[in-house]
Amino acid sequence: MSRARADEEEYWHSSKFRAFTFDDEDDELSQLKESKRAVNSLRDIVDDDDDDLEKVSWSGEPVGSISWSIKETASSSTSSLESRDSSLPKVSSSYTALPKQASSYSLSSLFKGRSKLPSFQSLSDALSDTGVKSYAPELRRPKAEYKDYSSDWSPKDTVRRMQRGKVCSLERFRSLQDKLVLLDEAVAGNDGNVITAVLIFLKRTLRKEILFRELEVRQVALCHLIHFLKETGEQKLLLDLLSLCLSSLSLQLSQYREHLNIQDVEKRREFLKGCIGLPFSAEDACHIQDHYTLLERQIIIEANDRHLEKTGQSEIFRKYPRKASILNMPLVTTLFYSCFYHYTEAEGTFSSPANLKKTFKIPDKQYVLTALAARAKLRAWNDLDALFTTKNWLGYTKKKAPIGFHRVVEILQRNNAPVQVLQEYVRLVEDVETRLNLATKYKCHDVVIDTYRDLKDRIQLAAYRCKVERGSAEEEKIDSILNNMVRSTAS
Amino acid sequence: QAIVWDEYLTGPFGLIAQYSLLKEHEVEKMFTLKPGRLPQADVKNVIFFVRPRLELMDIITDNVLREDRGRAPQRDFHILFVPRRSLLCEQWLKEQGVLGSFIHREQYSLDLIPFDGDLLSMEAESAFKECYLESDQTSLYHAAKGLMTLQALYGTIPQIFGKGECARHVANMMIRMKREFPGSQNSIFPVFDTLLLLDRNVDLLTPLATQLTYEGLIDEIYGIQNTYVKLPPEKFAPKKQGDGGKDLPTEPKKLQLNSAEELYAEIRDKNFNAVGSVLSKKAKIISAAFEERHHAKTVGEIKQFVSQLPHMQAARSSLANHTSIAELIKDITTSEDFFDNLTVEQEFMSGIDTDKVNNYIEDCIAQKHPLIKILRLVCLQSVCNSGLKQKVLDHYKKEILQTYGYEHILTLNNLEKAGLLKSQTSGRNNYPTIRKTLRLWMDDVNEQNPNDISYVYSGYAPLSVRLAQLLARPGWRSIEEVLKMLPGPHFEERQQLPTGLQKKRQHGENRVTLVFFLGGVTYAEIAALRFLSQMEDGGTEYVIATTKLINGTTWVKSLMEKLEPAPF
Repeated sequence: MSRARADEEEYWHSSKFRAFTFDDEDDELSQLKESKRAVNSLRDIVDDDDDDLEKVSWSGEPVGSISWSIKETASSSTSSLESRDSSLPKVSSSYTALPKQASSYSLSSLFKGRSKLPSFQSLSDALSDTGVKSYAPELRRPKAEYKDYSSDWSPKDTVRRMQRGKVCSLERFRSLQDKLVLLDEAVAGNDGNVITAVLIFLKRTLRKEILFRELEVRQVALCHLIHFLKETGEQKLLLDLLSLCLSSLSLQLSQYREHLNIQDVEKRREFLKGCIGLPFSAEDACHIQDHYTLLERQIIIEANDRHLEKTGQSEIFRKYPRKASILNMPLVTTLFYSCFYHYTEAEGTFSSPANLKKTFKIPDKQYVLTALAARAKLRAWNDLDALFTTKNWLGYTKKKAPIGFHRVVEILQRNNAPVQVLQEYVRLVEDVETRLNLATKYKCHDVVIDTYRDLKDRIQLAAYRCKVERGSAEEEKIDSILNNMVRSTAS
Repeated sequence: QAIVWDEYLTGPFGLIAQYSLLKEHEVEKMFTLKPGRLPQADVKNVIFFVRPRLELMDIITDNVLREDRGRAPQRDFHILFVPRRSLLCEQWLKEQGVLGSFIHREQYSLDLIPFDGDLLSMEAESAFKECYLESDQTSLYHAAKGLMTLQALYGTIPQIFGKGECARHVANMMIRMKREFPGSQNSIFPVFDTLLLLDRNVDLLTPLATQLTYEGLIDEIYGIQNTYVKLPPEKFAPKKQGDGGKDLPTEPKKLQLNSAEELYAEIRDKNFNAVGSVLSKKAKIISAAFEERHHAKTVGEIKQFVSQLPHMQAARSSLANHTSIAELIKDITTSEDFFDNLTVEQEFMSGIDTDKVNNYIEDCIAQKHPLIKILRLVCLQSVCNSGLKQKVLDHYKKEILQTYGYEHILTLNNLEKAGLLKSQTSGRNNYPTIRKTLRLWMDDVNEQNPNDISYVYSGYAPLSVRLAQLLARPGWRSIEEVLKMLPGPHFEERQQLPTGLQKKRQHGENRVTLVFFLGGVTYAEIAALRFLSQMEDGGTEYVIATTKLINGTTWVKSLMEKLEPAPF
C-alpha cells in the first residue's frame, strides 16, 4: 500500500504538468517534433493510399450517388493533406499525438517497476507503426486490383474498406442477392456508419416493398433504417415501414410515438384515434385509449373555457386567469385544473372532477390529494369538510382521509391555512405521537392540551404551559385541567 | 483560422488541449456552434468541430448559407467530425446544398479520452441505449477499435475475460480485427495482464443506487462533466471585507476535479461520512504550518518558510473549496427526503419488501417529484426483485402515466426493453441468491476505515466490482452458478504472446487488470476498484475504461424518450 501511495504521489507530481498544461519548454518542443513526425507519417500513409485511390475510384456511376460523394470527399481529403497552406491537418494530427501521450505518461508511470516498456513512446511512433502495418496488406494488393477493380471487391472487402473511411463504389452490387450479401456483411461488421451507408444505397436502388420485406428478417438493419428515417424526418416512409412491420415486431409504440410530432391538436387527436386499433398489449391498449379520451376531453374543455375567459362571464376566470392551456397536460394536472375551475359542476359535465374520476378510474387517494391541493390553493376551506366526510349505511357521518390526515395537514400548512382549519384536521390524526408533533409544530394549542389531558400527562401539560402566551385562554385551560386532575387524584 | 465548436466537444477537448496550445497552432478565434450568421472574424479558415449529428448539420448549413458572399476575403470552411466522419451527415449536407462549401472534411478519431491516471472514457453518451434499444452496436465497434489502439500502445493483453452480450461482441470484434491485420502483432512488453469486459446489462442495479462517496455525491447532486463541476456560488463568496460584500457572485462556480489536486485525490473515493474528519484534520495541519512563522527566528528559517508559502496557500484554497462543497452536500444529505429515499433504496437492496407497492414511491408520485427519481426507485425495486409482480408493475405504471403524462409510456417501454423494469415472469426471484453468494449486502460496513468495497454505497457492494474482485481471486469458477443467473454469456479468451514478451512475475508484483465497462460506469464503482487496487494483499491493480461516466440520473435520462421537439 505504501509503495502504491508513493508511486501515486510521484506520479501526480511528475505528471501534473505534463498531462494538463504545456509549460515545460523542452517537453513542448519534443511534442511538437513528435506531432510533426506524426504529420509526416500520416502524409506517407495517405499518399500511398492516394495512388491506390486514383487508380481505382473510377466506376462511372452517376454524379450525386453516395459513392460519388464518398469519392469526392476522399479526393478532397487527400488534397487537403497536400495543400501547404492549410494548417488543418497539422492541427488535427498534433491533436492525435496529445491525448494518447497524456495517457501514456500517466498509465506507464502508474505502473512503475516495469519501466522497461517504452513508456515515453509517443503516439506518432505508434501511429506510424500500426499505420504502416495495417495498411501494408492493402498496399500489396493493388496489383491485382488494377486489373479488375470494378467488380473484384467482395462484399466483405467493400465493407472493410468503408469501415476505414475509404472510397467504395456500391453501384456494382446489382443483383438483389449481391445487395443482401453486402448488407449482411455490413451488419456483421457492427459499424453503424457503414450499415447506414449500405441502407441508403439499398433504399435508393430497391423498391420499398422489396426492401421492407428483406428487412423484416434482418432486425438489426431494420432498426438502423428506422433510426435513420427518424433522424432525417422522412415521416411518410417511416410510417409505411412501421405499419408494414407491425405484425412481426413490437413497433406499435414507435408508431404511437409519431403523435409527438403533430403540433395541431385536432390532427393529433385523429392520429391517436388511429392508434387505438393497433395490436398493443392489453395494458398498453388501455393507456393509449385513455390518452385519446383525455385529449378529446381537453379539447372540449379548452374550447369552452377559452370562451368563458374571453367573455369574462365566469368570476373564477376573472379572478384567477389561466396561466396556460390545458391541452396535452397529464391527467392529474387536468384533474387539478378541473378541481380548480369546475369543482361544483355535476358529474354529467365533461369538465367536472367527478366525471374525470369516473372515466379514468382515478384512485381515491390520487383524487383526494389533487382536490385538496386545488381547493387549498383557492383557500376554499369549506369544501374540505365534504371531501373527507363519508356516510356509512346507517347514515352516520364519519371523517376519513385515504391519504391519512397527517398528509392533509401538511398540504394545508403549505397553503397557509388558518390555525382554526389546521387545528380541525390535526385533531383527526389518529396516531397520538404524530398528532402531538404536528400540533406542537403548527401551534395548535388546543389539540396539544386536549391530547395531554386525554393521556393524563400532568408533567407534559405543565411543561407546555410555558409555551403558550401569558394570560391567554390556553393558559387558563391548562390551569383548570391541572386543578381538576389534582382533585381527581386527591379524592 | 477560427474554430467553431460543437459545445458538447469542448469538454472532452479541454482535457487534452488547452487554448494556449491551439493558439500556437494559429487558432485565432473560437466560437460555439449556434444558428444564425457566424460572428465576424478576420480569419481565412473556419473549422467546424462537430459530432456527426444531423441536428448539428442543420446549424452548420444555416451558418454557411448566411455567410456573406460579398465579403472579401472569402472565408474557407472545413469540417472535422469527432469521433468519425459520417456518410449520413455528409449526405445530409449535400441535400441542403452546402456540401461543396467545405474544402476539407476530416475525422478526428477520438476513441478513448484520458480522464485521470487510471481512467479512460469514450464519452459516448448513448452507448447503452444504442446497444439495447436500437440494436446499434457502433459504439461497441468503437470500443473494440479503442482497445486495439490501446494494445498497439501498451502491448497485447494476454487474457481476456468477459461477461454479457456486449462483452462477447467486443471480444469477437477484437479477435476479428486482429485476424484481419495479422501485421498488427507488436513487440511491446504488455502492461496489462488481463482485460475484463463487463456489460452494464449484467449489473443494472449499481447505477440506480445513490452513490455515497464524496465524488459520487458531487456527481449525483451537481453532475460532473468532463472532470468539471458547476456549483452554486453562494458558499464561495469572497470572505474578505470590501471585496464586494454586497454583490454576491451569480455565476456558478466552476471547479476542475481530478487527482492532480492532492486533497481531492485523498478524499474523492471516501465515503462522504469520512470526509469531514479528513477535512478538519487537514485544517489543523495547515493552520499549524502557518503558525510556524512565529517560530521562525533565523533568516534561514524564514527563508524556508517563505519557500513553502505557495504550496501552503494552494493547499489552503483547496481546503476551502472542498469544505464549501462538503457543506453544500451535507445540506442535502441531512435533508429528510434524502434520508427517506436512501432508506427505501437500502431496504430494496437488502431484500426487504421488494414485492409490494412502496409507500414512499407512491407519495413521491403524488407530490410530483422529478420523474427520473421515481423511475430510479421503481427500476431499483424491479431489479432487486428480479422483476415486479404484474399487479405491482401495473399499479406503478398507471400512477406514473396519470401523473406525468401518457406519452411516458414510451419511456416505460424503453426501460422494459433494457431490462430495468419488468414483470416477474418466471415466478422466481434470483436476487436473494445472487446477493448472498456475491455478498452484495454487508451489514457491518465501516465507512471511516473500510475493509470492503461495500463502503461506497454504505452497505451495498457493487455487483460489477464484486465480479472483478472474484475474478482476481479465487476465480470465476467458484461462482459459476451465479454467473449463469446473470444475463449474457461469460467467457475467457487468450491472445498468444511471443515467448520473449511473456512475463516472469516477480514475487509480490501486482497484476494489472483493465476493466472495461460497456455501457457506462459510476464514480462509486471506480472508487471501489481503486480501493481494491490499494489493498495491501490485493495483488491486482485496476485501470478503468468505459463508454461513458454515468450516474443513475444521467443513465435513466439517456433511456428516456425525448419528448420535446428539438429546439431547432
